[in-house]
Amino acid sequence: MNDRVASLWVYLSASPLLHLTLTVCVFVLARWLYRKAGRPAWLNPVLLSVLALVLILTLTDTPYSTYFEGAQFVHFLLGPATVALAVPLYRQLSLLRRHPLALLVSLLTGSLTAVLSALLVAKLAGATDQALISIAPKSVTTPVAMGISERLGGLPSLTAVLVILTGILGAALGPWLLERLGIHNPMAQGLAMGVAAHGIGTGRAVYMGEVAAAFSGLAMGLNGLATAILLPLLWGWWIG
Amino acid sequence: MLESLAVLLLCQLLGELIVVAVGWPIPGPVVGMGLLFVGLVIRGEAPQPLVDTAQGLLGQLSLLFVPAGVGVMTHLTLLGNQWLPLTSSLLVSTLLTIAVTGWLMQRLSGPVADSGGDR
Repeated sequence: MNDRVASLWVYLSASPLLHLTLTVCVFVLARWLYRKAGRPAWLNPVLLSVLALVLILTLTDTPYSTYFEGAQFVHFLLGPATVALAVPLYRQLSLLRRHPLALLVSLLTGSLTAVLSALLVAKLAGATDQALISIAPKSVTTPVAMGISERLGGLPSLTAVLVILTGILGAALGPWLLERLGIHNPMAQGLAMGVAAHGIGTGRAVYMGEVAAAFSGLAMGLNGLATAILLPLLWGWWIG
Repeated sequence: MLESLAVLLLCQLLGELIVVAVGWPIPGPVVGMGLLFVGLVIRGEAPQPLVDTAQGLLGQLSLLFVPAGVGVMTHLTLLGNQWLPLTSSLLVSTLLTIAVTGWLMQRLSGPVADSGGDR
């Protein structure tokens, strides 16, 4: 009997289907839990899934490369999904007509602040170059951030986790900070949440009203574009 | 639906080709996103099937991060060595970015909080 189970396991664990199924099922379960608990930021389904899968793979002694043979089918869709971000960005374009100059100046300043302050603090605290470039795009939406990190020699998987943690932090502390600073303008609130905390921040900005949510979405898209263009230049200057 | 998927894949492919040809350090899919965006601006509208496909794909976006995220298991040593710079950087930079962006936008877009007019 034990032999049978063992041979079944040998068969299953070599097939990409097992880890593809595992990935989707764990995520569905994590999302269910997240919704059931009332969507608290700290119970982020991606973070929860990653933790659960790392635990499962460690317990079953499965190397990441074996896991990725199955999971790559999900991973591959990140490319087309990144391209698809152009559609919501285009639909939010009309927002640019309200205070275009204020918006672009604030956005670019925010973009630079996010990258430079992340680099500076991490460097002062003793980060290696690889860790530095992995954290630099932390405020950008995950697919874009991972792409940037990979192109510049960082670790995309580390970037993915850092980006999500940034989103959780921004969503949890952002509204409190804006309140403390007396920032009540909904355009400013939305822009701040979108630039600093991408999609997770935008998800939180939805509760701050329609204007804040729309500006947050726009800020997320534009910040992705701006960082993808600026960060390679900044990084060249930083290590050069 | 299939046409829209073809458009997305074509934009990505073109983006990847441009990046390799020009030697830019920008990710190919981001260039693809720029191409599609310019295309939509020229066209003057987003066709409904494309909107639907994009929404379908983006609605499941968070699932797509999971396989890459699990990759941290290969960098546990690095995380152990670098957790202090990483967490301090996350905290300081996220709060600073929110403060700077929000403050600047509020200052620049005028003193009126909910600005109905555009002057």
